[in-house]
Amino acid sequence: MFGTGLLKGLGVTLKHALDTFDDDRESVPDRYRGSLDLGNNRRVIKQPIDQEGLLTIQYPEEKRLLPERFRYIPMLIWDSEKDEDRCTACGICAKVCPPQCIWIVRDSDEDGKPLTRASEFYIDAAVCMSCSFCVEFCPFDAIKMNHDYELAVYDRYPQLVYDMAELTVPLEYYAALWPTQFEEEETRRREEEEKKRRQEEEKAARLAAKQAEAAEKPADAPAAPKRSAAELQQLARERAAQRQAQAADGGSSEDDAAAAKKTRMEELKRKAQERARQRKLESGE
Amino acid sequence: MASLPPDFQQLKQDQLTPFLHDEIAVPDELQANVLITTVDKIYNWSRRSSMWPLLFGLACCAIEMIATAASRYDLARFGMEVMRPSPRQSDLMIVSGTVTKKMVPAIVRIYNQMAEPRYVLSMGACATGGGPFKEGYNVVSGIDKYIPVDVYVPGCPPTPEALIYGLLKMHEKVDRQSVTSVPWYRKDTSQFVPVPRLGPDVFDPRQVDLIKDTTLKAAAATTAAAANGASAGATEHARGPAQLSDKAIARMEEAKRRWREKKGLPE
Amino acid sequence: MSQATVVAEAPADELDLGPELADAVEGAWAEDTEKTYVIAPDRILDVLRHLRDVQGYDFLSNLTCVDYKGYGGKLRADVDARLEIVYNLYNTRRGGGSIGLHVRVPEDETVPSATSLYAGANLQEREVYDLFGVKFEGHPNLRRILLWDGFNGHPMRKDWQEAYFEEDVKPFRSRHPKGEYAFHEDKIPWAKNTTYPAGWDPDSWQEPVAYVPVSQAPHHENEPHLDTESIVVNLGPHHPSTHGVFRMLTRVEGETILALEPEMGYLHRNHEKIGERNTWLMNMPFTDRLDYLNSMSNNWSYALAVEKLAGIEVPERAEYLRVIMAEFTRIVNHTWSIGFILNDLGALQTPALYAIEEREMILDLFEAVSGARMMCNYMRFGGVVRDLPEGWHEQAAYLANERLPRALDELDTLLTENEILKARGRGVGYLPVEDLIALSVSGPMIRAGGLAYDIRKAEPYGIYDRFDFDVPTLPNSDIYDRYYIRLLEAMESVRILQQALRDIPEGETLGGRGGYTLRAPEGEVYSRIEAPKGELGFYLASDGKVAPWRYHVRSPSYINLNALGPMSIGYKVADAIVILGAIDIVLGEVDR
Ligand code: SF4
Ligand code: SF4
Ligand code: SF4
Repeated sequence: MFGTGLLKGLGVTLKHALDTFDDDRESVPDRYRGSLDLGNNRRVIKQPIDQEGLLTIQYPEEKRLLPERFRYIPMLIWDSEKDEDRCTACGICAKVCPPQCIWIVRDSDEDGKPLTRASEFYIDAAVCMSCSFCVEFCPFDAIKMNHDYELAVYDRYPQLVYDMAELTVPLEYYAALWPTQFEEEETRRREEEEKKRRQEEEKAARLAAKQAEAAEKPADAPAAPKRSAAELQQLARERAAQRQAQAADGGSSEDDAAAAKKTRMEELKRKAQERARQRKLESGE
Repeated sequence: MASLPPDFQQLKQDQLTPFLHDEIAVPDELQANVLITTVDKIYNWSRRSSMWPLLFGLACCAIEMIATAASRYDLARFGMEVMRPSPRQSDLMIVSGTVTKKMVPAIVRIYNQMAEPRYVLSMGACATGGGPFKEGYNVVSGIDKYIPVDVYVPGCPPTPEALIYGLLKMHEKVDRQSVTSVPWYRKDTSQFVPVPRLGPDVFDPRQVDLIKDTTLKAAAATTAAAANGASAGATEHARGPAQLSDKAIARMEEAKRRWREKKGLPE
Repeated sequence: MSQATVVAEAPADELDLGPELADAVEGAWAEDTEKTYVIAPDRILDVLRHLRDVQGYDFLSNLTCVDYKGYGGKLRADVDARLEIVYNLYNTRRGGGSIGLHVRVPEDETVPSATSLYAGANLQEREVYDLFGVKFEGHPNLRRILLWDGFNGHPMRKDWQEAYFEEDVKPFRSRHPKGEYAFHEDKIPWAKNTTYPAGWDPDSWQEPVAYVPVSQAPHHENEPHLDTESIVVNLGPHHPSTHGVFRMLTRVEGETILALEPEMGYLHRNHEKIGERNTWLMNMPFTDRLDYLNSMSNNWSYALAVEKLAGIEVPERAEYLRVIMAEFTRIVNHTWSIGFILNDLGALQTPALYAIEEREMILDLFEAVSGARMMCNYMRFGGVVRDLPEGWHEQAAYLANERLPRALDELDTLLTENEILKARGRGVGYLPVEDLIALSVSGPMIRAGGLAYDIRKAEPYGIYDRFDFDVPTLPNSDIYDRYYIRLLEAMESVRILQQALRDIPEGETLGGRGGYTLRAPEGEVYSRIEAPKGELGFYLASDGKVAPWRYHVRSPSYINLNALGPMSIGYKVADAIVILGAIDIVLGEVDR
């Protein structure tokens, strides 16, 4: 009969409407099951796979829970424990980047000898294709993908060319965004360090054994320290003088720079804590 | 953007200045003018709450734009569900995807056909700066080379949330406009952007003199070189200087400095 | 007509052309990869005719060109001819691998056009003409296709350089360690990505006359008062029905279409030129952006081609993961395309929104495993980049076993019996399957015409030979069948998914070599998969260096458009829009 197909179709849409209507009725609706309440109407939405239909995510109040592997624009890691950039300016990320949107200037000392750190590091976010190759191939775990997608700006240049200060985030921030991967890396690192330490211990033990052997023979003379006490003192004095000189000229601007960086890092750490808390709540579910 | 009509550019800039300093500034002459600020409020509210986008997709980013309009992110919450295919009926052009040279005349024409007030949001790396395809021979490295852009959303593709964030930024921008200073009630300010033409390569009518200068000079150089017995063809293309001009360097430095200053970042 | 599924048979190893044509073969190329034969230019049509009529190679899959100027490899050490036209032919009745033919042409010579034998050569030859400047003798309509008339030069030639040209091969030296951070724009006086030939004067420039499709208005000998005027109607490139930036030039009489010419290139993003500058691995994320609805299957196709070329093994678990991802992708694509076919028919929004619902759930899974919703960049040479995260498998299994079957059934109830859909779709856009094959059309389109040709069965790749699934066919070759076949295929994909998710073993996901320093051995390869939209192939030629010498994408969307004109003639303008929708194109793949 003409029209049965149409009616059946209308039945489907009606059922669909009723199904989701049901979810929405209560004061804490069923559709927030599995989501995270941040208070103040703000939520992190995680739709359980067995929830029928599709929840509307009312961004900006509600946000979708991003998976750990989410990638947007890269970030550089500041190792808060060692207080230094992890990046060694090896340039591998700039080489593998498909649209070639990374520029790195390797730092050098006064004599022009290259150092293992970058003095400038740019990523052009208006070119980056979020492919995450830079992350995959960085041998020092120094570059990772950021989850921050709220990057819209009114002016393209230079806002969208991120430099080192804007790219750098503290380790805690990374740990909060990528907990599983961070854990894996840390375990690996610890194992490696452990191995290294053991090797060194063994070496030391062998050395000690050798020395002991040597000691059994009549000692010629006590092994001379590499530097004499006088020399060491001299060195210490020089260092102190250097530091003073540094503080005297241009010290203030450097302090400012350091302060600015510190504020930023603090801010990011705070964000990281928030994120970590979210994750914890989520796993507590 | 370099050679848009001067006053238009200036006015756009004036509109922009307040937010570059991250604060809402009521213009001095309006401080005491309660009536206008109230009118502004209504005026801005009504424009921002029903900003109809142009139904206009270019590439991959368009798919994310559709996803944004679909049930999960639901643009209807912002009064934007009515995507109009006709430029006459729309207020916002979301340039969602790679702008190619073959397409750019059409885009500029559509932009010209939009009635003011009109806004442009550049979605994704491609529309913003050429994106991963920047080096391609048929790719325009950023739609802002031809038409003025209000908000840039980076990402490849921007997730729907990122796009909505860009739209909210756009709302903010609208909120800071004032009926007394918007360009579209003034005389002679809203001019058409000249439509680029397709020659041996796409060319902008505003740059004809510059192009002529370089190509003819290059031709003269080739003839001279040929006369000297050197191999012709070395200067087959007029490419211009390969080195950065001092002006460009200075511009970059200045822009960088300003930006850092604003952000309170170290020099 | 419907028949048994085409399954692979052992391919003919030697090219047997019979006595008359034996002298046409000049030699073989690259013994260690696939067998390919070099044919004398003046005999190519005879060889093609023989292959088509006698040996049944009725499907011209791939036709492209390679520019060997400056080639450093050993294989062509003693060959002068600069350009080489490549043909790949398949037999759709017997299945199995391809026959590859090469024709060597010096720079300025012409090649006979294959359009008289394979109508599907039309668009591909135009592309070669556009990008390489090879002229095909006897082509009915040899115009530029991706670029515009008047464009300076033929950009895929090796000596053609674009405005932002920096170096021949990435990585560029300026990025590290000196980091000469600068925009290309600042190096060009007009600050745009443009370059002009010396001596060109913009003032006197005249745009070439716009092309207008030829009228085929019927002429009534005896009743001249019946003759009418036909007009040209332009649709696009900015048009809501064209699924992006696509343009159709139609000549109509009243509402009836007399001629229709597709115009493309509005999204020509120079994949191939950039791809030849990229190293092998760098192309992987670029393939995401070909058919941006199906990044996973694009990844797979490219990875397969490189693996075949470089002889890389893929671990068991990775093979399963690839199948799972590809089949999820197929469901995403088919539901999306169903939604938008219906959209084109006037059923605004509702079906599309229903389709997007399940798509979002699948994209969430993709995002969890690869980090991005659309641009997954998940596969690598020798496997996939990462194993599944915790909990992924259960979610996917729930989706495949419960949710997706239910959703597809719902879509079925919603649409299939719908009288309006039937009224609009039945008998519209008809083209017999033989014509479709001749036009090089592949994918769901030919299966909706009754030919059970699916590369997953006809030339199995990956581990598809282990799964139990059918190749659905429908007999009518019209819009309605093209809609319905997609639903049926999505249901088959669910079946494959269920089996794959059940059987997936533990183990490695990424085999050894295949990182960013990969150097593929010298040679060439053409490899194809059954992508959701049809046959997606990659033709790669390597000179043993870090970057491909030639990187060509045989894209189903592009080549399926061969059929758009023939399918639309005689129908109404409103039908043409649905006919286009039912071909299911994605502009990123059409224009590349
Ligand atoms: S981010 Fe990593 S790969 Fe890049 S330069 Fe630094 S250490 Fe090297
Ligand atoms: S994510 Fe990809 S495109 Fe972006 S900087 Fe890293 S390597 Fe380059
Ligand atoms: S920015 Fe990325 S996703 Fe958007 S159009 Fe460009 S390539 Fe596609």
